[in-house]
Amino acid sequence: MMFEGTAHVFGRDVDTDVIIPARYLNTSDPAELGAHCMEDIDAGFVSRVQAGDIMVAGENFGCGSSREHAPVAIKAAGVSCVVAASFARIFYRNAINTGLPIVISKEAAAGVRAGDRLRVDPAAGLVEDLTQGVGYAADAFPPFMRELIERGGLLPYVKARLAEQA
Amino acid sequence: MGHTIVEKILARAAGRDEVAPGEIIEAPVDMALANDVTAPLAIAEFEKAGFERVFDPAKIALVPDHFAPNKDIKAAGQSKLMREFARKHGIVHYFEVGRMGIEHVLLPEQGLVAPGDVVVGADSHTCTYGALALFSTGVGSTDFAAAMAWGRVWLRVPASIRFVYHGTPRRHVVGKDLMLHTIGLIGVDGALYRAMEFSGEAIDGLSIDGRFTMCNMAIEAGGKCGLVGFDETTAAYLETRPEGSRARRVRQVFASDADAAYERVVEIDAGAIEPTVARPHLPSHTAPAAGLAGVAIDQVVVGSCTNGRLEDLHQAAEVLRGRRVHPDVRLIVLPGSQQVYLDALADGTMQALVEAGAAFSTPTCGACLGGHMGVLAAGERAVATTNRNFVGRMGHPESEVYLANPYVAAASAVAGHVATPEMLERGRVGAGGRSR
Repeated sequence: MMFEGTAHVFGRDVDTDVIIPARYLNTSDPAELGAHCMEDIDAGFVSRVQAGDIMVAGENFGCGSSREHAPVAIKAAGVSCVVAASFARIFYRNAINTGLPIVISKEAAAGVRAGDRLRVDPAAGLVEDLTQGVGYAADAFPPFMRELIERGGLLPYVKARLAEQA
Repeated sequence: MGHTIVEKILARAAGRDEVAPGEIIEAPVDMALANDVTAPLAIAEFEKAGFERVFDPAKIALVPDHFAPNKDIKAAGQSKLMREFARKHGIVHYFEVGRMGIEHVLLPEQGLVAPGDVVVGADSHTCTYGALALFSTGVGSTDFAAAMAWGRVWLRVPASIRFVYHGTPRRHVVGKDLMLHTIGLIGVDGALYRAMEFSGEAIDGLSIDGRFTMCNMAIEAGGKCGLVGFDETTAAYLETRPEGSRARRVRQVFASDADAAYERVVEIDAGAIEPTVARPHLPSHTAPAAGLAGVAIDQVVVGSCTNGRLEDLHQAAEVLRGRRVHPDVRLIVLPGSQQVYLDALADGTMQALVEAGAAFSTPTCGACLGGHMGVLAAGERAVATTNRNFVGRMGHPESEVYLANPYVAAASAVAGHVATPEMLERGRVGAGGRSR
C-alpha cells in the first residue's frame, strides 16, 4: 500500500494527551475523537488536514497514556500514515495492532518540511519527499510485525490462531 | 551468560529455557486488566471480531476508575457497557463503585498479582506491579481484547537497564523523588522499550509503596516495565494480602544473575537527591522543589496510581497536622482505594487532612487526567503527586502541572507556592514567596 499526501510536521515527545485530550475519552466514537485530534497544540490541525495527509514527527511519538483512542483519532482525522524518528512503545503496538500505518525514519523526520508533498511506501520502507525531490529509507519491521500488518491487525491474527487450535 | 529478572520471567512464561532481548515471544497472561476508558473500545473490538467467550473469567480485571463515579451521561454509558460485559461473561474481578479503587492501587492490594507473573493492562501505568518482582506492562485496547479471547500476548523481550541507588535518601526524599530524578537524568524516552531494574541500598530500604511509585513511572521514561527484586519487604507485603488470593498462593521468585547482561548500568547517589519537582510540560523537566518558591499555585492534588497509597496520605497528613491549606489553594485528596480510604479514616489521617482544609474524594483517576474532580482552568497551576504534566493533562491547555511527592504537595498547599516541609519549618514561605 502506498500513501500520498501533504506533510503535517510536529516536534518530539508528542504525547497521547495532546493527540486526543482525556476530556474526550468518555466516548469511543471515531468521528468524535477525530474532530479533536491535536487540538491542544495545534487548534487548526483538524480543519487543515485533508484525507490521506501524512503526519511527521520527531522522537518518541505517542508517549504517555495507552489510549488506543490516539491512533483512532489520527485515522479518523483523515491521516493515512505517521512517519516519526521513533515511536513510544504502546503507541507502536496500538498502531500495528489496529492497522494504522507507521514508518520509522530519523532522516525523514529531520528532513521533511511542513507542507511538503510526500509519498510513503511502508512495505518498501521508503519515504519520498516529492517537493524537495529527496528519498529517505525507513526502518524495516520484524517479520512478526509484518505478519500482523499483512493480516490486518492483531484480532484477525488471533482469530486465525484460535481456529488452528480448534 | 546470565539473565535478568525480566528475561527469566518471560522465559518461564514462554515455556523456554531462555530468551534474549529483541526476540518476539508469545506469553500466557496471568492477569489482564482494563478500565472504563479502555475496556469499551476493547469490548467493541472483541464483539466485532466475533469472539464469544473469554479465556478465563478469573484472570480478567475490569475497574471503573477513570470517569467513575460517572462524571456525565457518556461516561455512564461507558461504565454500563463494561458492567454488562462483566456480568455476561462472569468476570470474577469486576469492581463496582464503592468497592473499587484506582486499578494500580487495587490489584496488588487485593492480591491479584504475584511474583513471577506476566500481567498486561490496557492502561500505561500497569508497569506499577513490577515492584512485586513480576512483569507487567501497559498495552492498548486491541491487545486487551486479544488477551481476553486468547489468553496470550505478543511481547518483544526488552533489554534491561539497571539503576543502582547508593546511599540513604535524605529526610522527605521518597520513591517519587528517586524516580523524578532518574527521569530528569535519562529523559522521557531514556528507557524506551527497556526494562528498568531498580536496585541498590536505597531501594533495599525503600517501602513497598515507594517501590510501587517508582515502577509506576517507568512509562514516563518510555520503559516497558519497572522491576524491583524480591526481598523481605516484598514477602512481608504479600503475607498481608487477602486470604486465598493469588499473592498468597503463587510465588515464582526470579532474581537477576550476577553476570546478567545489562544494556546500561546507571549509578545514582540517592543521598544527594533533594525533594524534586517536575516542571511543565514533561516529567523530565526536573528541579529541586526548594528553588521554586516563586511559583504560586491554585490547586494541589494528592493521590493517583502513583501516590494514592496509605503511606502517601500519611506523608501529606504529617505536614498538614496543625496547619491550614492556604486561602487561595484548593487541596484535593484522592485515596487510591476503598481500603486506603478506610485505613485513612481509621487512623485519623482523613480527619487531619479534612481539618486542614482538604477535599477528600472517593477513589478515582479523575483529577490526574483532567477528567473530573479537579479540572484546571486556563492560567491555573497545580502541584500534584500524579505522574504526567503534559500540555492540558489536568484541564485547560493553558494550565500547568508540577509533579511532586506528597510531602512537597502538602507543604505547597500550605504555602500557596511550591515549597518543602523544611521551608514551612523555617518560616521561609508566605506572601513574599507567593508571586506570579
